[in-house]
Amino acid sequence: MDILKGFRDPAVARGLVEAIRSVATAPAKVMEVCGTHTVAIARNGLREVMPDTVTLLSGPGCPVCVTANGDIDTAIEMARRPDVILATFGDMVKVPGSRSSLAREKADGRDIRVVYSTLDALDLAERNPERHIVFLGVGFETTAPTIASAIQDAERRDLGNFSVLSLHKTVPAALGALAQDPQVQVNALILPGHVSAIIGLEPYRFLAEEHGVPSVITGFEPVDVLQGIWMLAKQLAEGRAEVEIAYTRATAPEGNPAALAKMAEVFEAADAEWRGIGVIPGTGLAIRERYGRFDAAERVSVSPPPPREIPGCQCGEVLKGITLPFECRLFAKGCTPEHPVGPCMVSSEGSCAAYYRYTDYGKTA
Amino acid sequence: MRADSILLAHGSGGTMMRELIEEVFLVGLADDELARLDDAAVLELPGGALAFSTDTYVVDPLFFPGGDIGRLAVCGTVNDVCTSGATPLYLSVGFVLEEGFAIPDLKRVVVSMRDAAIEAGVRIVTGDTKVVERGHGDGLYVNTAGVGVLPEGVRLSGSLCRPGDEVLLSGTLGDHGIAVISTREGLSFSTDVRSDAAPLNGLVAAVRAAAPGVRCFRDPTRGGLASTLNELASASGVSITVRDEDVPVREQVLGACEMLGYDVYQVANEGKMVAVVPADQAAGALAAMRSAPYGEDAAVIGEVGESPAGKVYVQTGFGAKRIMDMLVGEQLPRIC
Repeated sequence: MDILKGFRDPAVARGLVEAIRSVATAPAKVMEVCGTHTVAIARNGLREVMPDTVTLLSGPGCPVCVTANGDIDTAIEMARRPDVILATFGDMVKVPGSRSSLAREKADGRDIRVVYSTLDALDLAERNPERHIVFLGVGFETTAPTIASAIQDAERRDLGNFSVLSLHKTVPAALGALAQDPQVQVNALILPGHVSAIIGLEPYRFLAEEHGVPSVITGFEPVDVLQGIWMLAKQLAEGRAEVEIAYTRATAPEGNPAALAKMAEVFEAADAEWRGIGVIPGTGLAIRERYGRFDAAERVSVSPPPPREIPGCQCGEVLKGITLPFECRLFAKGCTPEHPVGPCMVSSEGSCAAYYRYTDYGKTA
Repeated sequence: MRADSILLAHGSGGTMMRELIEEVFLVGLADDELARLDDAAVLELPGGALAFSTDTYVVDPLFFPGGDIGRLAVCGTVNDVCTSGATPLYLSVGFVLEEGFAIPDLKRVVVSMRDAAIEAGVRIVTGDTKVVERGHGDGLYVNTAGVGVLPEGVRLSGSLCRPGDEVLLSGTLGDHGIAVISTREGLSFSTDVRSDAAPLNGLVAAVRAAAPGVRCFRDPTRGGLASTLNELASASGVSITVRDEDVPVREQVLGACEMLGYDVYQVANEGKMVAVVPADQAAGALAAMRSAPYGEDAAVIGEVGESPAGKVYVQTGFGAKRIMDMLVGEQLPRIC
């Protein structure tokens, strides 16, 4: 673990802040795509040490935040079936759907289990042969390979009572959609380290080549993030647009071929609805027909009522970097981490939660 | 309070628990001593003052690296009693046992309680046992209550912190929380972090002797240092700033926090003590802490400021400052 020390070294961080100040002479909006970056930036107070020219915006990279209302409604309807145990990672429990949340349903007696890994969900299936275990598959390319692996495991263990509601999303095409959105004014992208460790550099190349957006794959320690911003500032100053890797200790240009192969074996691209953004073609991961017996959408029949958007919630605009969290009229008023209205305040990696937890912005004394 | 039924988050030691306590228990029970929200109540009796505290222990798993629910139940209440400045003397214990719970495991817990009580110099003098039907408990819940005597004139409280005071921490943060989570089913990761569960009455007594002006002690358990300091800032109407670089944390704990998406300031501890002392007594208090059992890694981690009242900040080594907020809900591993 000593390796991390260098990436938190205050002297190195101070040097990078100075380097950014000297390079970033023209105004630039830099979007961090990943929720983990959003938290790292807020937790380390990096926004505060940026020069006035650099504006850090949070993007759509929190899988909890971008899960559509209707998808949460579907999960809730599944959890309401007495024959179902719904297993989920913790963050999803608190997110409000149109009318309820999994936390509320759990308190009302639905069998909803928070698990720490998909293996837990498989074990649940083995221990409860009379019930059907639906695992809520939420996450990006970072998570999808492990879920693919779990589905293959379920097949090997012949667990007929296990399925996955696949709400996975993939990152690069969503960034392409943002780059094409005239409302979104982003000059450079901090690309997600974890996702990139899986997919590598190539899938982002179009961002630089077709859209002219400098992009850097970055890790999550303060020095990592500052180094990424410095590399982006240099690209902007030099008029370059390339995809670079600052996170070389974890990301190879070709990504992780074994994980990619596993993902491709179990999933295929499908359209996906991103909360607040809409349907982005090809950015979902549907379970292939070959593994259809593990597809909750096929196995567990529910018909939730039509989704209802939450009045006043501006999470969609926040996810696109159009509205800053504290500019939302609900921020810190109707919407707090204790009583969240929208997912950006719910998720530990949501930008509203990060602003709320780590800054004074938008809070009146 | 907007929730109409209890959620798991109401037990987390964070803001929702605070809301529950303030809006249900403090309103319903309406007692001035209770309303001070210190870890132990101080009761004036003929012949002196008594400190009195109770806590209920619910932990999964029951046995973890560095401890078990029994050691937690003894150390936790000993520590709560001594935060008032009292010398803990006697404990009660209540067991809620689930039908089917293994007697050898219960014996193991009880022996561990005996050992912890001997170490802390307290006696377990009264108890209670209840058994609930299978499926109505997680094997074993333990409640302990403790009493201690308070030296004449000693009145410590979280409401006594003043601008200029120094904040001390008795050792590394987050060991207990990470040790427990590392053993949870499906989340086993390689770490040699052990729970810090320990009785701190010796350490508290040493600090009190070295720094007679000490304002308060608090043990940062659930909700971690963040909850503790926010409670102190709020109770005293002051701000507190912690210097990131000065807070002792094990590299393994930091690494685990990074992997899980946890904020180390919000991770639970069971053998650490925060002390707020006047600046001119800080050096003496630190030396006392470091020479006391379980205090060798102690550090001065920050100071009390005037305003904004109720706020806690973290100052990084490269000039950034951010809020140290209380935990909201349960601390759960992130998705990616």
